[in-house]
Amino acid sequence: MNVTQILFWLLSALTVFSALVVITRKNPVYSVLWLIITFISISGHYILLNAQFLAVVNVIVYAGAIMVLFLFVIMLMNLNADAEPQKNKWLQFAGVIAGGCLALVIIAALKNVDAKARIAETGSDIGLIENLGKVLFTQYVLPFEISSVLFLSAMVGAVVIGKKN
Amino acid sequence: MHLLAIDWIFLLEKLILIVIIISISLGVAMYSTWWERKVAAWIQDRIGPNRAGPLGLLQPLADGLKLFMKEEIFPASSNKILFLLGPCLAMLTAMMTSAVVPWASHLHIAGRDVPLQIADVNIGILYVFGVVSMGVYGVMIGGWASNNKFSLMAAVRGASQIISYELAMGLALIALVLHTGSLSLGVIVEQQAHQGYWNIVLQPLGFLIFFVCALAECNRTPFDLSEAESELNFGYHQEYSSMKLGFYLFAEYVNMFISSVIMATLYFGGYHIPFIHIADPNFAALAGFIFLFAKTAAFITVFMWIRWTVPRFRYDQLMNLGWKGLIPLALINLLITAVVILLHTQH
Repeated sequence: MNVTQILFWLLSALTVFSALVVITRKNPVYSVLWLIITFISISGHYILLNAQFLAVVNVIVYAGAIMVLFLFVIMLMNLNADAEPQKNKWLQFAGVIAGGCLALVIIAALKNVDAKARIAETGSDIGLIENLGKVLFTQYVLPFEISSVLFLSAMVGAVVIGKKN
Repeated sequence: MHLLAIDWIFLLEKLILIVIIISISLGVAMYSTWWERKVAAWIQDRIGPNRAGPLGLLQPLADGLKLFMKEEIFPASSNKILFLLGPCLAMLTAMMTSAVVPWASHLHIAGRDVPLQIADVNIGILYVFGVVSMGVYGVMIGGWASNNKFSLMAAVRGASQIISYELAMGLALIALVLHTGSLSLGVIVEQQAHQGYWNIVLQPLGFLIFFVCALAECNRTPFDLSEAESELNFGYHQEYSSMKLGFYLFAEYVNMFISSVIMATLYFGGYHIPFIHIADPNFAALAGFIFLFAKTAAFITVFMWIRWTVPRFRYDQLMNLGWKGLIPLALINLLITAVVILLHTQH
């Protein structure tokens, strides 16, 4: 095993473990904090794939900005483990069935995939910011611009909702 | 010396560098507290600390000892783990930024070029932003875990302030990056040395916006809304005592040091000394390092000067300045820079 492989297994273990902790904690504040760790370890995977820009943007946007908003809401609502309402037993049952169906579909879809052909290239430089920018502004310029319009409309929407009077 | 395909000398070199840089950061932060008191005293026509040692130079040690000796208090209704995690995170994120700063040019030791920068990653500035955006958690977790409404209010204020000013800061930086064409701090310094003038000449407005935002990001007056003692008792660290409080206060000074270094690097040429060329690489590195520190000390002094001159903003004024003042200004700056660069490249 070389260093990259050791790092990969460590990061993978950390990612899966922290993702599991997110859904098993009773206290939502702990869940958010573990979700931040999950995002950071996924960023570590991006760095292993030489996609530094994606890694750092993942940290800034998801772990930095979005999770802060989550934390805001949870802290201000003061959700505690004992304040959690009793869930309906049938609802939990339905949730298990729905989740199981999703897992079944994913397993069925991925069963016959040729894994070797799907492995991301680790040696490529496509994730570096210079190459990424060039590809985005030449080959994929139309989808890129459309998504930026989408962002703009979301921002306008947020301002309209925020301005109540 | 290759085991596991790692260059162990390289690793050792980096480890030594990390230890040195962290000790320097802590040392500077320590003596910033002394300097802050001296500047305050000078502005208010007092003498300042003068009892512990000559010129009061041992005052930071005495303060540190006092903080260590105080009683460790965990409020009964607090969340113990998160209460402890808050100051640790604040300190950790304050320290992490220094990894991408180029402290001086290469040293030449025993036939090896030793770069005085821990990691010259090609996303240097974005890394700084990533760490800064994580810095919110130290304040928020500490304020919430204290289980005190004043602490929570202060934490929410502080976090929303940091998020708001991060935007204008980023926009001001994009204009700079348009000019440099690189996100690596090492490249930016080399470029300023090469072009012969500093980036402040090209981006005066951008620097001003960046500076105001840096004040806000460090929670310094006039933006120290999260520690407004007249409204919030003491701020998000109200329930903290002993070295946990010390960590929060110390992290603020470390932040101030690092943001001064970053400003000196981005806009004032970093370790570059104008008009002087030194042939010996080791001596050049040392002189550059000292020059960078002189610039940094000047910035820190300006930070303190502002603190003891300008009163604190009201919360709505703070938000108005950030969202309606700085962000449009930064956008205009960005637009003008882009147009000028476009016209320049077409000729």
